[in-house]
Amino acid sequence: MIETTFRDAIHRCIDEEMERNPDVFVIGEDIGRYEGTFKVTKGLWPKYGEKRVVDTPIVEPGFTGIAIGAAMTGLRPIVEMMTMSFSILALDQIINHAAKIHYMTGGQVSVPMVVRGPGGAAKQLSAQHSHSLEGWYAHVPGLKVVAPATVQDAYGMLKTAVWDDNPVIFTENPGLYTLKGTIPDDKDFTVPFGKAQILREGSDLSLVGYSRMTQVNLAVAEKLAEKGLSAEVVDVRSLLPLDTETIYASVRKTHRAVVVYEDWRSGGFGAEIAARIGEDCFDDLDSPVLRVGGLNVPMPYARVLELECIPDVDDVLATIERKLG
Amino acid sequence: MAQVDLTSLESPAKLEEFYRQMVFIRHFEERCNVAYRQGLIGGYMHTYIGMEATGVGFHHAIKVGWDYVITAYRDHPQPLLMGSDPVAVMAEIMGRKGGLSKGKGGSMHIYDKERNFFGGWGIVGGHTALGGGLAFAAKYRGEDRVTLCYLGDGAANAGVFFETLNMAGLWDLPCIFIIENNEFAMGTRLEYHAADTELWKRGLPFGIESERIDGMDVLQVAADARRIVDKVRKEGKPYLVEVMNYRFVGHGAADNDRQLYRTKEEEEQAMRRDPIALLEKILLDRNVMTREKMEAIEAETEARVDEIYEKAKASPFPDPHEVYDDLYTDLGPERGH
Repeated sequence: MIETTFRDAIHRCIDEEMERNPDVFVIGEDIGRYEGTFKVTKGLWPKYGEKRVVDTPIVEPGFTGIAIGAAMTGLRPIVEMMTMSFSILALDQIINHAAKIHYMTGGQVSVPMVVRGPGGAAKQLSAQHSHSLEGWYAHVPGLKVVAPATVQDAYGMLKTAVWDDNPVIFTENPGLYTLKGTIPDDKDFTVPFGKAQILREGSDLSLVGYSRMTQVNLAVAEKLAEKGLSAEVVDVRSLLPLDTETIYASVRKTHRAVVVYEDWRSGGFGAEIAARIGEDCFDDLDSPVLRVGGLNVPMPYARVLELECIPDVDDVLATIERKLG
Repeated sequence: MAQVDLTSLESPAKLEEFYRQMVFIRHFEERCNVAYRQGLIGGYMHTYIGMEATGVGFHHAIKVGWDYVITAYRDHPQPLLMGSDPVAVMAEIMGRKGGLSKGKGGSMHIYDKERNFFGGWGIVGGHTALGGGLAFAAKYRGEDRVTLCYLGDGAANAGVFFETLNMAGLWDLPCIFIIENNEFAMGTRLEYHAADTELWKRGLPFGIESERIDGMDVLQVAADARRIVDKVRKEGKPYLVEVMNYRFVGHGAADNDRQLYRTKEEEEQAMRRDPIALLEKILLDRNVMTREKMEAIEAETEARVDEIYEKAKASPFPDPHEVYDDLYTDLGPERGH
């Protein structure tokens, strides 16, 4: 095993896959000479040069479209969004073009492309740089959308993403970049999409989340244990495809579910998960499915207000206490 | 400059091929219009009537199957020229199982990967970045492929097009941006949609060699196209060409009232430069082809298009369960409502 961080695990994966396959290249803003805003691509430009580490103008639609066009011929671009918030500019390219190609061509053309970058709040980046957009993307058939919560998954799921022949949205919560963990010393290690995982077993309620909220849920479970409550932590990690079986199995065991997500509470992906549990596990539930989401406001700048918006351990505990007693 | 006899640059066989292709596209498109009116084609459909010389002229400059071609939604002629099965093209337009995209794309989304024809796109300007990407891939691999990226005059205002031109200029992408200027962005005339109506200048700020050419004389287009394609292949740099043509029909098959945005007199004036009639005159004047031969080709083409149409019509509609096919390369979507 190798001890590393979430950020370095992603870097290592990209480096290894670029070394393995000359068709893999990275493209985005300030990822080469500047080493990347969050330094994920640090060191790649000196090693691979400007041909494979492509610094672009600040034009998300344009460079995303270039990557899609290149991918249509079989190259495997890894597109870095400086933040996923900026991918809003490229929605036309991602949704209207990349997501449609395989279907619209009757299976003739595929787009083996990864769009990755920080999604969610970092620290005081305020309203235009803090979006959690994974729910938007998971709404779109033709995309695959993953949101790892652990170092090992960041490494293994990005490997899967790079080798997937379909467009993959890979979201990295900036709050996870410094998370420590281990990865196998195995360049061929992968974590498949469409498989949720139980990170902590429990019997009284299921805490369902993904990305950084899974880490919050683990802390919540710890707190609940102190109160004598046994919470199961379900890490969804793959939004599209979604592994409902693992989620449902947990709910059928615990009979209670709390879905936690950083995205705006209203219409966020957690709402989809909650609806499905309600629809398919109704007879197994002892109480309504609860949601804890981000506040329905643009992300404010002041740290105290920002923290108010993002669900934390206390918010989850308070909701559980208020609604489940 | 001395007037060059462009017919002398092409063999009689080549001239006949130009003629046959233009007549074929014209008949094919007219048949599409009839089928649309009969309700056998749905949705949005845009034909190439009046613009045939542009597609045919450029087609003869490329290496089919090696070079990349991408266009917007006025996309029927490209696969027909590149050798796609015309029945599969017509079947796609008619939403049939036998279509190139199995009936999932329709008129606006025709593709033939085998021939490097990459569509067939419906968002104005959106595909120009993909065209840049095709050229990026060719350069990345060190191949001498050229990309033809067609767009309309309306798309020449799109932000993503300017972004793409910038990157093409910056990175020396071997892409030829062909602005098919038919003078109308849907129903909005050029001078109402472009601050500078000389669209060929769009490439200049990005250091891209750019020019405007006549798109009604197929011999001129073919000569210009060959010069441009050869140059781009040799130098590995982008090029922008504004081709002046005119669509003789509405924006789409659903555009039934062209007088909302242009007069009949204006149309009649433009149609005097019908690219097919122009070529006929040249062929007659230079004794390359007789009127009888032309009439025979017309009749033959009409029969051929009839046959294509009947075969496409005989192709069944997709089975309902096919709705789930081809979303991903490796997995199906969730089923049910």
